[in-house]
Amino acid sequence: MTATQKIFGIIISICIFTIIIYLVKKGKLREEYSWLWLLTGVVMLVLVLWYDILLFVTHLIGAVLPTTTLFIFSIVFLILLSLHFAIKISILTDEVKNLAQKVSLLEAENNQQQTILAQ
Amino acid sequence: MDHKQKKCIIIPAYNEEDTIGGIVKNIKKITSADIIVIDDASEDCTAEKARYAGALIISHPFNMGYGTALQTGYKYAVRNRYDFLLQMDGDGQHDPRYIPELFRQIETKECDFLMGSRFLGGNKYKAGIFKSFGIRIFRLIIRIITGETVTDPTSGYQCLSRKVFAIFTRDIFPCDYPDANVIILLYRMGFKIREVPVDMVPNPSGRSMHQGGATLMYYFFKMFLSIFIIMLREKSFYSSKRAFK
Repeated sequence: MTATQKIFGIIISICIFTIIIYLVKKGKLREEYSWLWLLTGVVMLVLVLWYDILLFVTHLIGAVLPTTTLFIFSIVFLILLSLHFAIKISILTDEVKNLAQKVSLLEAENNQQQTILAQ
Repeated sequence: MDHKQKKCIIIPAYNEEDTIGGIVKNIKKITSADIIVIDDASEDCTAEKARYAGALIISHPFNMGYGTALQTGYKYAVRNRYDFLLQMDGDGQHDPRYIPELFRQIETKECDFLMGSRFLGGNKYKAGIFKSFGIRIFRLIIRIITGETVTDPTSGYQCLSRKVFAIFTRDIFPCDYPDANVIILLYRMGFKIREVPVDMVPNPSGRSMHQGGATLMYYFFKMFLSIFIIMLREKSFYSSKRAFK
């Protein structure tokens, strides 16, 4: 890995870290969702600083080029991230549905009581 | 033991202003059961017309679909301690003349879940090609899985005992498409299901829940998946706390 590639990798990792910390600090990203992105930054930094690890993993999975290893892990990471969000959306969908139903029921019961009081 | 049985009729409705008022008025002539219309965020005057006709209205803040509207009705029935619940469509497909008979049969505790069938008693209901195909497929699946014959697995004209609609208030109720999957679920849970002959007419407005090829394909896919998941779960799941989340 050339010095330029290393510097580029380190800058990207630090940028990811800074943006995530900033978003959590501003309250735009919840802490529970930040860990996955922080982990991405850490993994990128480790691979840039210890290139031998990337070569070892490339050898381990039977890939020819280290870039292939990076692409494979990026895709796996994105799939896991999508799955994580799909699970969260499923939970939120149920919660929104239950909440909307509760609001509708309370509103109907409130209207009923007001009608009884008005009579 | 002199406890008077509380009965209600729930009608999920979405943009049914042309029919809903007449349906509510016709039901009121036949039975004294409470009529609850669940307005699924209609864009027309469905809620106003139903209220004017004498129904209680529960309005969703936004459109959530037929199954969710039904479940809101079940939740209302549980909160207000109803013993029996009858559900029917708001588009005029279901003839209200059968309401007393449906209530009578469920009250005698002959079953927990009673379905109105358009194919029993010599009825000559003409379903469309896709609907007819779907009914045959799901009839066959139910027969293979449960060994029971359900002639009209897509009927929305149903009467439920409290035990059943209390279960349907939980998240195990398939809110997107509650059809044959619900019947299999109830058989797996050990409930008694029966059918009675009723008259139905095709939707007067020609609308359907499953309009469009993609929607229809998704419906079939979703139904098979739902049935598969129900079969994968062990019977003990339905008596566990997970099922009552």
